[in-house]
Amino acid sequence: MQHAARPLKRPLWTPGVLVMLVFMFAGAVAIIARFTGGIGYVTNLTNARPWGIWVGIDVATGVALAAGGFTTAALAHIFGRHYYEPVTRPALLTAVLGYTFVVIGLLVDIGRSWAIWKPMFYWNFNSVLFEVAMCVMIYLTVLYIEFLPIVAEQFKGRVNLPGILSGLNRLVDNFLQAADRMLGKVMWVFIILGVVLSCMHQSSLGSLMLVAPTKLHPLWYTPILPLLFLVSAIAVGYPMVVFETTLATASFKLNSEMHILAPLTRITIYLLGIYLLLKIGDMAVRGTWIYLLDGTYQTNAFVVELLFGVMLPWVMLLFKTVRQSARGVFTAAALIVGGVVLNRVNVFIVGYRSPLTESGYFPSPSEILVTLGLIATLMFIYRVVVTYLPVLQAPKEVSS
Amino acid sequence: MHITRRHFFRFMGAAGAAAAVRPHSAHAWQSKAPPDPFGCLVDLTRCVGCRKCEEACAKVNDLPEPERVNCQCTIFEKDRRPDDKAYTVVNRYYTGKVDVYDKPVPTYAKVQCMHCQDPACVSACIVGALTKEENGTVRYDVTKCIGCRYCMVACPFEIPAYEYHDPITPRVMKCTFCYDRILAEGGVPGCATICPTEAITFGRRDTLLEVAKKRLKDNPVRYLQHIYGEKEVGGTSWMYLSGVPFEQVNLPILPETPSPKLSETIQHSLFSYLWSPILLFGALGGLMAWFNKNDNHPDKGGV
Repeated sequence: MQHAARPLKRPLWTPGVLVMLVFMFAGAVAIIARFTGGIGYVTNLTNARPWGIWVGIDVATGVALAAGGFTTAALAHIFGRHYYEPVTRPALLTAVLGYTFVVIGLLVDIGRSWAIWKPMFYWNFNSVLFEVAMCVMIYLTVLYIEFLPIVAEQFKGRVNLPGILSGLNRLVDNFLQAADRMLGKVMWVFIILGVVLSCMHQSSLGSLMLVAPTKLHPLWYTPILPLLFLVSAIAVGYPMVVFETTLATASFKLNSEMHILAPLTRITIYLLGIYLLLKIGDMAVRGTWIYLLDGTYQTNAFVVELLFGVMLPWVMLLFKTVRQSARGVFTAAALIVGGVVLNRVNVFIVGYRSPLTESGYFPSPSEILVTLGLIATLMFIYRVVVTYLPVLQAPKEVSS
Repeated sequence: MHITRRHFFRFMGAAGAAAAVRPHSAHAWQSKAPPDPFGCLVDLTRCVGCRKCEEACAKVNDLPEPERVNCQCTIFEKDRRPDDKAYTVVNRYYTGKVDVYDKPVPTYAKVQCMHCQDPACVSACIVGALTKEENGTVRYDVTKCIGCRYCMVACPFEIPAYEYHDPITPRVMKCTFCYDRILAEGGVPGCATICPTEAITFGRRDTLLEVAKKRLKDNPVRYLQHIYGEKEVGGTSWMYLSGVPFEQVNLPILPETPSPKLSETIQHSLFSYLWSPILLFGALGGLMAWFNKNDNHPDKGGV
């Protein structure tokens, strides 16, 4: 292998990180307020509007944007395209952190956070949410198992815990050695399992709203909503990798990964094309295009989602000049990511119509601070991990 | 990444077996409604807006006393919904109906959980904390609840309310249909016992439907020829008769299809016996073996 992932070993406390810390602190304050005053104390949620951005963004969008983990794993490991391996580790890290924060977001949002274990024992097979919860729980475990070899690669043989924990050095080292040895042989099971579980819950997230046929705007309420969620998750996987890899290489001043990102965007043309086709076909078959020009904010949100989140980046990527320019690829990827974010927000928030009470919902400052705080924490941990673990492709001279 | 031939065949075998046990035509969706549930018939043409039902409900369910119990005028100036402190409320609507002197006539409407025959909330509940009982009640078990509020998202009548200001142990609050009371022989829900105009009739749902049909037939001018709740979202245990359009008294126009039908059909046809995940696992295993067969890629764990 000519490529190699290395710990970046860069100074951690940059000005950007300090900004993250400010957001983390503000988010923490809002979370403390939520657990002392209640959900009603910090959010704009009502009986007519039970789900807000903590579900729409922290959970639904978080899951969608972590799709890079399973799409790159499928490409590089299952379909044997080893050329793309350099991006699998950052994508895996994003998935690990993304799903971890989905769970943290859920803990803040559900009323009885301490009861989160109950779905493991009380099963309702009719509930879409039950299936999503089981998949997310197992998949999160799978993700940690997939990530373990990266930790082992860095620390096995040189575990050196500080202070009082140093007594555990031997034990931890043995664990890493054993895990690394065993996982090497069975990792293929976890990789396939990760893809299967992802397909299951990415689609089922779309089925969530199907139980409320009268409450979701017809532009989004379609029997193929689960298929649309699955296809859009698969389609956003590579753009998300492009998006974050570009940001990471720029932020850490690493070598550009354009030679890998450009061909990834070629695959995206097909995946996004299928999504576009399904979305337009669905609109044509159900005749929902009649709503398109009625000027309500819901319809406008749908139009923006389709035009700028799907069509525009798809057309952009058709041009070779765009695919070969780092700026063009990044712009298209950012639009696709934005389009999927808007889609999830539309399905869970904008398109949701309470049948009786007018519930114009806009998130409260505290809701926004919690969401921003969680994102900032995710980015901070990403930074810490790539600093100390071999995730990103770093130039040799910097590594130890 | 490395996959041996033996592994491959083992998993293709498993996938084949899974495909074989797959239910051939995914079962058609079936209603899980109890055969002979209790119900209540609310006759809006009889209701005078005395709000005694609110008071009785609060008393039997240990809820705080309703806001301005004896008020029958200014309280109606705001449109109220059941919430975490009241399982039922009565609202007043002016629908354009006038009496012989051209004075507008109000219509009063009590609202509470409809106790659907195939409730969306019961289908949605992640832990099965909500159940549809044999006697018709949609019952909430707080000991299972995790507070996800998916029931509230699912409910087509916008009924379940939440104790948003309890930080640690909030509950979903909604009409219990006085489960314990009606379980006892001859028991009647609190609201139905007190109604002075007999606007609320409690009984077996089938009997109530007959009563309703008789009233519609005997008094065709007084009533709209529709029993709200007979067919809405597959039928509800609570049903309404009215002389004014139902949507004008906040009873939404709803399809006859039970809300959970589509989502349950999709879930069960895709995931019963986990046939599709197992098949996908087998197929991906096969592809992985195929694509990596000539590959002496270093078997390095990690990704």
